Amino acid sequence: MSSYFAFFGDNAALLAELTLVHILLSVFALAVAVVLAIPLGAWIGHLHRFSFAVVSVGNVLRSLPTLAIIAIGLALYGFGIINITVALVILGFPLVLTNTFTAVEGVDPGTVEAARGMGMTGWQILTRVELPSAIPLISSGIRTSWVYIVATAYLATFAGQQGTLGDIISNIEGYGLSGVLAAATISILLAFAGDALLGLAERALTPTGLRLLAERTPAADAEPAPAAPAAA
Amino acid sequence: MSETTPTSRTGTERPAADIVFDHVTKRYPGQQTPALDDLSMTVPAGETCCLVGPSGGGKTTAMKLVNRLIDFESGDITIGGQSIRSVDVTTLRRDIGYVIQQVGLFPHMTIAGNIGVIPGLLGWSRDRIKKRTDELLDLVRLDRSFASRYPAQLSGGQQQRVGLARALAVDPPVMLMDEPFGALDPITRTEIQDEFLNLESEISKTVIFVTHDIDEAIKMGDRIAVLRQGGVLAQYGTADELLAHPADEYVADFVGADRGLKRLSLRRMREVVAGGDGASNGASPYADAPSVDADATLRIGLSTLFASGAPAVQVTDGGRLLGTVTLDQLQDAVAGSSS
Ligand SMILES: Nc1ncnc2c1ncn2[C@@H]1O[C@H](COP(=O)(O)OP(=O)(O)OP(=O)(O)O)[C@@H](O)[C@H]1O
Ligand SMILES: [Mg+2]
Repeated sequence: MSSYFAFFGDNAALLAELTLVHILLSVFALAVAVVLAIPLGAWIGHLHRFSFAVVSVGNVLRSLPTLAIIAIGLALYGFGIINITVALVILGFPLVLTNTFTAVEGVDPGTVEAARGMGMTGWQILTRVELPSAIPLISSGIRTSWVYIVATAYLATFAGQQGTLGDIISNIEGYGLSGVLAAATISILLAFAGDALLGLAERALTPTGLRLLAERTPAADAEPAPAAPAAA
Repeated sequence: MSETTPTSRTGTERPAADIVFDHVTKRYPGQQTPALDDLSMTVPAGETCCLVGPSGGGKTTAMKLVNRLIDFESGDITIGGQSIRSVDVTTLRRDIGYVIQQVGLFPHMTIAGNIGVIPGLLGWSRDRIKKRTDELLDLVRLDRSFASRYPAQLSGGQQQRVGLARALAVDPPVMLMDEPFGALDPITRTEIQDEFLNLESEISKTVIFVTHDIDEAIKMGDRIAVLRQGGVLAQYGTADELLAHPADEYVADFVGADRGLKRLSLRRMREVVAGGDGASNGASPYADAPSVDADATLRIGLSTLFASGAPAVQVTDGGRLLGTVTLDQLQDAVAGSSS
C-alpha cells in the first residue's frame, strides 16, 4: 500500500503530464461529440420525425466496444491521435444525441403549439423554446458522456497514441501494480471532478423557471390553488 | 417620450375584421369522411362566434384553419376581405391571438418574458414592451408584480390569464380560442369568463371560441355555430335563435331540453318590466313581493319568484322601483318572442 502512495510522489511530474494530455484528449473528444450531437438531436427532435432511426443508430453505436472501433480504425486510418479521437467521439456521441433528441421532442406539445400559433418560426421555436427547455436533459447526457470518455481514454495506448494515463495503466510490467492503481485512481477522479464541474455549469445554465417547474411537479398538491380544498 | 403611437395605449389599436369561411372542406390524409364539410359562415367584425359540437365534430379543425396551423384544400377563408392564403403565414399568425386549453406558457421565461415574446420579435423597444406588459396585466386583472414570476409559480387560472394577455400583446384584430377555460375549476372558470366578456367590451376583437359546453357558448357567443359529426354545420345563429328555433332534432337535442330555461338567461329583467306604470302607481298590489335587480336575468327573476312563493317580483334599479313582473309576464317574454 505504501508503494501506491509513494508512486504519486515519485512520479509526480510524469503523472501530471499524462493527466494533462488525458484531460485534453477527453475534452476534445467530448467537444466534438457535443458539437455533432446537439444540432442533430435538436433538429430531429424538433421535426418529431426519424425517431426510430435516432434510437437505432444510438443503440448500435453504444453497443460497439471501443476496442473494436479502434481496431476498425487501424484498418481505415491507422494508428494515432485520429484513431483514438474517433473512437472516443463515437463513444460519447450517442449519449448526447439521444438525450438531446428526447429532451427536444419531449417539450410540452401545448407549449410548442402555442409558440407556432403565435407566429414563431421553426427556428425561433427551436432556439427560444425547445432548446432552453431541454438544457437539463442535454446536460445530463454530456455529463454521462464525459464519464465514459475520460474513463476510456486510456485506450489511446492501444490506438498507438502515447501520452495519456493509458501509458501507465497498460504497462504493469513497467510501473507495477501501484502505478496502474495510481493512474486508474486519477482517471476515476477526473471522471468525478468533470461531472461535478459540468453539474455546476448545468445549475448555472438551467433557467430558473425550469427549476421551479421541476420542484413543483412532484409537490403540485402543495401549491396554493384558488378554490382548492385544503389538503388534509 | 419617443412614443409615436397616437393612441393612449401601447398596442396598435387595430380595428376588428370579419372572418369569412367560404365553402371550406378539410379532409385529413387517410380519412374516409371529411373533418370539416363545406363550411360557409361569416363572423362579423367585433363579434364572438362560439363553435360547439360533439367531440370529433371538427371544432378545433375549423379554428386551426384560420391561422393555418392546419392546411386545407378546397374553399377559402378571408379575414377582413383578404384571403389567408395570400399572406405570409408568420405575419398572419402574429395578427391572430391564439389561446388554448393547455395554455402553453414558456416555462423558462418570466410572465413578462412570455407576454413580450411577439412584441420582441417585432422589434418593439424595451420601454414599449414594459408598458404594454403592465397594461395587459391590468387588463387581465393580475397584479403587476406577477411580471417577474415564472409560470410554475402561478395557479391554473392565473396561467390562463397570462395566456390571454400574451395572445393580446400586439392587439391582434382576431382571436382564436380553443376551450380556453376548459381546464379550470367552475368558480375560476366563471370568474375568468366574466372578465373576458368585460374585456371584450373594451377591446373590439373578432373571436372564434371553441367549446363543447353549450352554456358557455350561450354566455360567451354573439353567435353560435353548431357542428355535427362529420364537420357539417347544423345551425348558425344567435343563442336566442338556436334556443327558440333549433333547425332540427339534433340541434334541439344539443342545446338541451331545458332550452326554454336557457332563453331566460339571455334577457334582463329590465327588458320585461312593464315600463313605468308599476313605478308611478305607489300602491302596487305586490308591495311585499321580493325584489330583483333590473340587470338580473329572467332566470334569476323566475328563481326568486319560485323561491319566495310570491305572485310577482319587484324590479329595482339602484334602489328605485321600476315595476313588477309576474310569472305570466315572464312566460310571455320567452314564448312571445319566439313566434
Ligand atoms: N391530425 C389529424 N389527422 C387525422 N385526423 C384528424 C387529425 N386531427 C383531427 N382529426 C380528425 O378530424 C375530426 C375532427 O377533429 P377535431 O379535433 O377538429 O374535433 P373537435 O370538434 O375539436 O373535438 P374535441 O371536442 O374532442 O376537441 C376527428 O374525427 C379527428 O379524429
Ligand atoms: Mg378540439
